[in-house]
Amino acid sequence: MVEWTDAERNAIATLWSNIDVGEIGPQALARLLVVFPWTQRYFSTFGDLSTPAAIAANPKVAQHGKTVMGGLEIAVKNMDNIKAAYAKLSVMHSEKLHVDPDNFRVLAECISVGVAAKFGPSVFTPGFQEAWQKFLAVVVSALGKQYH
Amino acid sequence: MTHLTAKDKETVKTFWAKISSNGAAIGADALSRMLVVYPQTKTYFSHWKDLSPGSAPVKKHGATVMSGVADAVAKIDDLTAGLLSLSELHAFTLRVDPSNFKILSHNILVVLAIMFPTDFTPEVHVAMDKFLAAVARALSEKYR
Repeated sequence: MVEWTDAERNAIATLWSNIDVGEIGPQALARLLVVFPWTQRYFSTFGDLSTPAAIAANPKVAQHGKTVMGGLEIAVKNMDNIKAAYAKLSVMHSEKLHVDPDNFRVLAECISVGVAAKFGPSVFTPGFQEAWQKFLAVVVSALGKQYH
Repeated sequence: MTHLTAKDKETVKTFWAKISSNGAAIGADALSRMLVVYPQTKTYFSHWKDLSPGSAPVKKHGATVMSGVADAVAKIDDLTAGLLSLSELHAFTLRVDPSNFKILSHNILVVLAIMFPTDFTPEVHVAMDKFLAAVARALSEKYR
């Protein structure tokens, strides 16, 4: 089980309560598709991903970004058992979606960049960054757990 | 990782021109974050009295590191040759494990997102990520 300090729980709760998944999610997914273009392999049915502008304007990217970001709610609500809480989603990503789990790590990076840009230096302090990145790392690990 | 395209270099140079006056502040913040978020990196600075965010040695060293990055921007067309002496320094004297270049690069990108949220678009992000990876590669040249 992951140990969370009170400061870490507070940081994650503070950030999460101020995150609009409909805003951050689409930005993070769009960023992923531009910065790590090989990730587009999973979205051949999404239509036009040919340029950064097309990706930013793509409604399927926006919708899916919102869905994925909303998935973090599971972790926020199950901080003391994130691994078990994501077991089903992990199986799905492995056996149905066939997503290389390294993609979870790079998406987490894109989410962190978006959150950093949104909250700025007075909220997204080094301490908050530590808590947030630890939180995402635990989710990333949980999503990769059921792969074999 | 691939090489830098002409477009990558142009994007990096344009963005750098906008932000270079903040170099020292960027370096200080990136280093501060690195030491907090990746505590294993503190092992390289056991000779500093104060490793807390924004401390004097952290600020000074952040500025040093970013002036190296500035130098790399100027030598973007041949990083291997341009960063030769820095590579020798890192390989033979400092012996920083190259995995840490990636960690510091990540924190530089986070700081850029924080300080320049509208300019740090996905296109600028990918060019800077590639550039910092190329700098890391050039710095690792002499390791073995």
